[in-house]
Amino acid sequence: MTDVAGVTPGQVAGRNRQSLGDLVKATEIDLRLFGMVLALVVIWIGLGLANPVILEPVNFLTFSVQAASTAVLATGMVLVIVSRNIDLSVGSVVGLIGMGYAVFMADIVPTTIGLGNPIGWIIALALGILFGALIGAFQGFLIAYAEIPSFVVTLGGLLGFRGLIWQFSGGTTVAPNLPTFNLLGGGPEGSLGGIWAWLLGAIISVAAVLLLLSARRTRRKYGFPLRPMWAEAAIAVVSVLAIFAGVFVANSYHWPPGLATAYAQAHGIAEPPGGLVIEAGIPIPLLIVIGVTIAMTFLSTRRRFGRDIFAYGGNPIAAELAGINTRWVVMRTFILMGILCAISAAIASARLNGGTLDLGTGYELYVIAAAVIGGTSFAGGIGTIPGAILGALVMQSLQYGLGFLGFNSPQVNMVAAVVLVAVVGIDSWNRRRAR
Amino acid sequence: MTATATAPTAPATSGTPLVEMRNINVAFGGVHAVRDVTIDLFPGEVVGLVGGNGAGKSTLTKVLSGAQRADSGQILIEGEPKNITNPRDAKEYGIECIYQTLALADNLDAPANLFLGRELTTRLGNLDDDRMEDATRKVMGRLNPNFHRFTTPVVSLSGGQRQAVAIARAVYFNAKILIMDEPTAALGPAETAQVRNLVRQLKAEGIGILLISHDIHDVYDLADRVSVMYHGQIVDTVNKHEVSTDDILGMIILGKKPGDVTQKELEQLELRG
Repeated sequence: MTDVAGVTPGQVAGRNRQSLGDLVKATEIDLRLFGMVLALVVIWIGLGLANPVILEPVNFLTFSVQAASTAVLATGMVLVIVSRNIDLSVGSVVGLIGMGYAVFMADIVPTTIGLGNPIGWIIALALGILFGALIGAFQGFLIAYAEIPSFVVTLGGLLGFRGLIWQFSGGTTVAPNLPTFNLLGGGPEGSLGGIWAWLLGAIISVAAVLLLLSARRTRRKYGFPLRPMWAEAAIAVVSVLAIFAGVFVANSYHWPPGLATAYAQAHGIAEPPGGLVIEAGIPIPLLIVIGVTIAMTFLSTRRRFGRDIFAYGGNPIAAELAGINTRWVVMRTFILMGILCAISAAIASARLNGGTLDLGTGYELYVIAAAVIGGTSFAGGIGTIPGAILGALVMQSLQYGLGFLGFNSPQVNMVAAVVLVAVVGIDSWNRRRAR
Repeated sequence: MTATATAPTAPATSGTPLVEMRNINVAFGGVHAVRDVTIDLFPGEVVGLVGGNGAGKSTLTKVLSGAQRADSGQILIEGEPKNITNPRDAKEYGIECIYQTLALADNLDAPANLFLGRELTTRLGNLDDDRMEDATRKVMGRLNPNFHRFTTPVVSLSGGQRQAVAIARAVYFNAKILIMDEPTAALGPAETAQVRNLVRQLKAEGIGILLISHDIHDVYDLADRVSVMYHGQIVDTVNKHEVSTDDILGMIILGKKPGDVTQKELEQLELRG
């Protein structure tokens, strides 16, 4: 009874709001991720108010393609940071592999497999991924088995691999790439357009609904508490709407008239009056990001490897005592990071049609910032893949949006800095309060 | 087996021991943490391992659980020499350990901790979290029926609940040999009683338990035999019924067998007490 007298106004208000809180809680949505989606929406509304032109579909597409390289890397950086390490070398590794792609395609392919070879780009990509895995294995070995701190090893990588790019290329830009390889960088031709985009949206929607249903079925089989049916339905409807809204926006951008005319002539299509309308659709880099996000989320939450990483990050000694081969786990996170560097490098160098000396410079900072904004904790053991993707989108939204509004890049950096520190500050304050 | 069935409080200490650790030595630099220690443990028996701080109890048990390599010595499991170089080896031989620190990954939930390192998977090798949660609910229903937080990270659980998760992890995998390092140190009276009941129950199932504790009464209550360590060495291993708690206390503090203690030392001990 004395408790009642001691109740503060805040606590009373909390109780009154409980019904609404329960409502949100019933959906079991990750509030943190939900908050980040809201923040992203707020940023874009703000940008739209400042200049409505930015809300045209073409800007969303350009923005998403620009974010793709760092978003791919951020998914791996989450796991590296979760395992209490850091990778400062990703920018230089992206640059090195990007240069590797260019040297391979410009200097080696013409004399060996031939420029017209349809699988030339696949060979390039496969070699790049192998190269990335080897770089990751090398750094990961030094970190996990030689016990050199990851900060030091990858700082060496940041400096050393950038130097290697110069040695490797003779200090010049190397170009061109194979045209088929450049489709990985997006552009009107490097997109999945029209009916195919709708079909993909439909497939993903069906898969999402099936996943929801099967999760519910197994939980019922074991007699676990279930989400209320309305919450389940709401999640399904919102997911499907979001997927189709994305496809709609992507398809709202049409090929530029000149390009469409050229395409019509090349394929012998009679151009209708007013020009041929070709829906651009989803850029391939964005498809890669979606694929990488799904694969990495699956790996980190549904596979033993992911569980081991999180266990090691939460308590390295406990993981060791549980019989986990912790060194091999750490080494594998760096191999994975190397593979993601190769994918990121493919997107970045495809957009440039070649390898430049400064490709990837500064990526490490944006990628770490994306992971941290996405809720990854340097204390280890905490972080999510979707969070990192959202973090990358927030960083890129500020860069792209503020750049669009005419701010120069030093000014954009200042804003990004404030956002980074503020987001992490609010987040850790929230966590302390939740304890 | 019939001996344990007819007289569960005094299991047979003849025949093949479940575990024998022979002439174990562990040194950290110049410090001899464990010096030529030999102990054994029989099925259905509780052996109490006692000693002051730094006596070498934890190091000795870490050798058995694979967390610490011995510099020399031999480990026999059911009479056969075995090589235990890491925790995986130990678990393979049915040795489970409840560490004093509990060794839980705070960021993971109870089922993930229970199955840490040996997760249940589907046919495709994916984690079967639902099956693991189901199994956890069942085992916790026996150990601690009040436990309901199966999907929150264990960092937000109470000390007793965390202990229950650590115990469940050791018990679930059908251990033959259980090492309990200070299992009741962080617990309240009710939870301590629960752990004691559990020890008796496991003992009745024929599991050999190595019980490390500071609490001499805990050990005296539960153990069949008591091994006393002093400065890395075994002072003596005694049958509980042949000694008093004061005798054990004397061995812990003086490092000598009851018969070897002089009258003067006894007086000093009483003065200290």
